[in-house]
Amino acid sequence: MAALGGVRWLTRALVAAPNPGAWRSLGTSAVAHAASRSQAEDVRVEGAFPVTMLPGDGVGPELMHAVKEVFKAASVPVEFQEHHLSEVQNMASEEKLEQVLSSMKENKVAIIGKIHTPMEYKGELASYDMRLRRKLDLFANVVHVKSLPGYKTRHNNLDLVIIREQTEGEYSSLEHESARGVIECLKIVTRTKSQRIAKFAFDYATKKGRSKVTAVHKANIMKLGDGLFLQCCEEVAELYPKIKFETMIIDNCCMQLVQNPYQFDVLVMPNLYGNIIDNLAAGLVGGAGVVPGESYSAEYAVFETGARHPFAQAVGRNIANPTAMLLSASNMLRHLNLEYHSNMIADAVKKVIKVGKVRTRDMGGYSTTTDFIKSVIGHLHPYGG
Amino acid sequence: MIVALKMLTAAGFSGKAMFRPSILGHSWEILLGRETSLRSFSSKHNIPPSAKYGGRHTVTMIPGDGIGPELMLHVKTVFRRMCVPVDFEEVQVNSTSCEEDVHNAIMAVRRNRVALKGNIETDHSLPPSHKSRNSLFRTTLDLYASVIHFQSLPGVETRHKNVDILVVRENTEGEYSNLEHESVKGVIESLKIITKAKSLRIAEYAFQLAQDMGRKKVTAVHKANIMKLGDGLFLQCCKEVASHYPQLTFESMIVDNTTMQLVSRPQQFDVMVMPNLYGNIVNNVCTGLVGGAGLVPGANYGHIYAVFETASKQSGKNIANKNMANPTAMLLSSCIMLDYLKLHSYATSIRTAVLASVENKSVHTPDIGGQSTTLDFIQNIINHIDTVN
Repeated sequence: MAALGGVRWLTRALVAAPNPGAWRSLGTSAVAHAASRSQAEDVRVEGAFPVTMLPGDGVGPELMHAVKEVFKAASVPVEFQEHHLSEVQNMASEEKLEQVLSSMKENKVAIIGKIHTPMEYKGELASYDMRLRRKLDLFANVVHVKSLPGYKTRHNNLDLVIIREQTEGEYSSLEHESARGVIECLKIVTRTKSQRIAKFAFDYATKKGRSKVTAVHKANIMKLGDGLFLQCCEEVAELYPKIKFETMIIDNCCMQLVQNPYQFDVLVMPNLYGNIIDNLAAGLVGGAGVVPGESYSAEYAVFETGARHPFAQAVGRNIANPTAMLLSASNMLRHLNLEYHSNMIADAVKKVIKVGKVRTRDMGGYSTTTDFIKSVIGHLHPYGG
Repeated sequence: MIVALKMLTAAGFSGKAMFRPSILGHSWEILLGRETSLRSFSSKHNIPPSAKYGGRHTVTMIPGDGIGPELMLHVKTVFRRMCVPVDFEEVQVNSTSCEEDVHNAIMAVRRNRVALKGNIETDHSLPPSHKSRNSLFRTTLDLYASVIHFQSLPGVETRHKNVDILVVRENTEGEYSNLEHESVKGVIESLKIITKAKSLRIAEYAFQLAQDMGRKKVTAVHKANIMKLGDGLFLQCCKEVASHYPQLTFESMIVDNTTMQLVSRPQQFDVMVMPNLYGNIVNNVCTGLVGGAGLVPGANYGHIYAVFETASKQSGKNIANKNMANPTAMLLSSCIMLDYLKLHSYATSIRTAVLASVENKSVHTPDIGGQSTTLDFIQNIINHIDTVN
């Protein structure tokens, strides 16, 4: 264990080296910079960062393939531990879930596709997707909706962040027939969890240098439930005097988003509203194929697509757009302190989209997934290569 | 660890306590009443969670005056080199900042719960209403316990060898009460406040720490022969707590004798606990014993917050930006911080590298008799990190 850890340290240190920022502050020469870069090339593969990979359903496996190909081409020091969990392909069981959980608990970081949830009720109210989220306590979902330069949509230059609570609210899996013909679905709002997500939103805004947080709610109707959520947001906002705090009712928020989305910066909301707004906002900049997302608990980080759809009708047709998953993978690398590789991949993806020659069908092009991956790999070399 | 546990239970408790009335509160008037009471209650007792997401921590960084900013730069360099999962939120406060900036900084510590802080110079020529920024941090955040571990470092020449003392200092009352007035013309009264609650709290902290660290003896430092009531109360509280820790030896010593004993035979001390001002003096004596202000890290703990800084509260203005400050103290403080954040493996690796560099006489900075620069020292640490790990 110690030896393994040692190798990992070495790689981390070397990998961090190509980033000029670390060196400038030291005032050492460019020679050292170049030397450590060439050294890094040699050791990279050895002690890599372990990451759990859960391809999920639909085009998930194809997207993961794209990530693996690009990582390989960029010599990213990440080692994937692949697990398969799927409710629709009869590959879900308690045992499998436990395996995934223990792998994630060890690696702390995962990249996952959408685990599709069948609509019909088979005696279990909570889907595996939900259970995974709850077991790991992945309470915060972050979707950064950002227009991609070179790809024209109705709204351009958009840049907003949607933060969603995803462990309680309408997703409590508490439903029952109280009287014959009457179903009660319980929406749960707790102070602890509301406060936690509000603090997450403000911490995120602080870290990313953003200036405004808007809490989205429906406290005019659900005066107690959403009222509590709103109140928690207000309380937490007091700790952040430099960040502007606003509130907006969910229905109005939807309208404002399609009419004038530029007014928003960071949005924070309970579970179901977040689900709807995530998809709405993803639609503003080009759909499920281009928006990356991530989920956090205190301990773990999961990287995924922003709008979670399996896109099952595209399976095997080589038309899925890997942009979202690649950008998400790039965010994952930043989370792992691999800034250099993170930028390399994000820049390559953005360049391919900006050039505009290779586009998948959802973006109005005729290229295949494979073409897109090839093009990204072609744009990888950062120093003009 | 204990602090963290207490924190959790406190958070859990307040959450429950606050939620209960909302279930009962059906009528609108009750609801309104509840909300106002909630607001005032929550501002005091409601503790939002710490800023840790996906395994990454956010820590407030307050560079302060003098050599603070350059030391912070070195901490960031070393952290980056080790890929430490900590992000810093930098807040600027220095001797020229207004009250509002200080409050913003305190707010930033409230957000992140943990801070790494340089020293903020206090200008003595300002009117008495101007409180020390440093003590404002400690009192507002209720960082009641200052804990400093003085240890002889191999490689550093000092008069005494094998010094290993833990000094626990009460940080929020005593002579630092900021209560002074001119009662009659020409007569100033400075109030030194000793309370039973705070004395018990610091004594409990010291004994618990001694137990957790496997120490044998706790020495309470006082001046109860002169201040029979004030220091007498402190001493009595220490005795009371000591009775719950029969396995630890308890001793008391008068402060003047303590300083003499410290410079003549420091090895006799193990854990020491004392009120505010004596702590200040004893800390500086001990700092001198183990090699000076550039070497010793310090920590201030409250129930919720923790602020890490160097043991000696000197800003080092005269050597600022000269590339000659000794970064050991600040780097070791950052290691204590990493341990506090339970990032033990990172803490150990950095600490090992720093101590190895301290042992290497060829990279000693001028304050410990060498001729090297700060950057030489840092480079040595980084080389050590690269080769050893």
